Amino acid sequence: MSIRPFLDLVLASLVLGVAIFTITARDLFAAVVGYVAYGLLLAFVWIRLYAPDVALTEAAVGGGVTGVLLITAGKRLGAPNVSQEAQPGPGLKILTGVLAALVATALGAVILMLPDPPPSLAPEAAAAIDGAGAGLGNPITAVLMSYRSLDTMLEKVVLILAVMGVWSVGTDKAWGDAPAPLRQQKAYAPMVFLAQMLAPVGAIIAIHIFWTGANAPGGAFQGGALLAAMWMVTMMARLVEPPRVDAQWLRLALVAGPAVFLISGLAGAITAGSFFAYPSGLAKPIILFIEAFMVLSIAAALPMLVAGPPSEGQDQ
Amino acid sequence: MTPSVLAGLTGAALVGLGLYGLILHPHPLRKLLAFNLIGSGVFLVFGIVARRGAAAGFRFDPVPQAMVITGIVVAFAASAIAVALILRLSVESSHVTLDPEVWTKPNGGDTK
Repeated sequence: MSIRPFLDLVLASLVLGVAIFTITARDLFAAVVGYVAYGLLLAFVWIRLYAPDVALTEAAVGGGVTGVLLITAGKRLGAPNVSQEAQPGPGLKILTGVLAALVATALGAVILMLPDPPPSLAPEAAAAIDGAGAGLGNPITAVLMSYRSLDTMLEKVVLILAVMGVWSVGTDKAWGDAPAPLRQQKAYAPMVFLAQMLAPVGAIIAIHIFWTGANAPGGAFQGGALLAAMWMVTMMARLVEPPRVDAQWLRLALVAGPAVFLISGLAGAITAGSFFAYPSGLAKPIILFIEAFMVLSIAAALPMLVAGPPSEGQDQ
Repeated sequence: MTPSVLAGLTGAALVGLGLYGLILHPHPLRKLLAFNLIGSGVFLVFGIVARRGAAAGFRFDPVPQAMVITGIVVAFAASAIAVALILRLSVESSHVTLDPEVWTKPNGGDTK
């Protein structure tokens, strides 16, 4: 009898407890803080599912960056005209509760009745990894960069489209200016100190996570997200301000990842015989080369998504 | 019960919880939070599918796991657009609501 099943049960109830708190909290700020804690707890669940790569992404993006996004949004929104809104009546609450319980039960039943033996793409992925992505010890990176590389490239394009979407929500007059600072007041000393201490260390850890991702858990997503977080920490401490959205270097950084990925994919059509194939023996260096630019694009895109549309009078 | 089934059931419960919050919260940012809960619940269901698909020497099926990593980033991008739209809506209308009735009232529903 090991202690693990008990710990799993504790973890699951913690996740559900924090999720319930997030939904029921009265205050928006409390709900967001609950959501960040929830993201970190969820990362532990992913580790239990033998998915450390997903755990890293969930902790960095799902918990961390989304938390900053929502806290910043809550601050910018202030609290105008929220309390006067009609709260839903008890009848609607019960009806919604029943509906939600039904959906959850149906989904739970499906999970208990999943087919046996389970379908799996692991053998195909393993074969593809041995063929094209030879030299990568981390199967997740191999799937992302070789077996399903088109998905990953398009996902980078989605990030650019999202940045364009956020920028285009701004007013016409503000176009080209910088987004508003992440916090309005002057930062207080402990925050500045934290940013000065954390950002250099975090940047090095981010590069390490990217580099080690070829063979161990980690990779471009996780490293890029961490680098993005470090940029955001320095912006929250007002050590740097968000850049102007028409800055050449910013736009180059945003498109570098998908552009290099796409060019390498097209080059593969000539040198290796098919779109997004890598010449054998050179697969690992090429993949790391592409990933380096993806890290750059992710590190540029995530903070720009958090910073929001250009805002008038932010001429810096 | 294996850890993966437990995680899957947790995911199912999270989808239910998120759906409840999405429907009932009047505040758009709280709706967005609830929607993200649904998303992470669906990802957990993917997690159990990946865990069950262990084969070819892996302890998991790497394909669904890679899709979840992609999904988390795309979900964040969609949330960022939603936040930008909510903020612009509140600037244009000075209301933080998605309730259509507030828009049609004569003085903008401002009953203060």
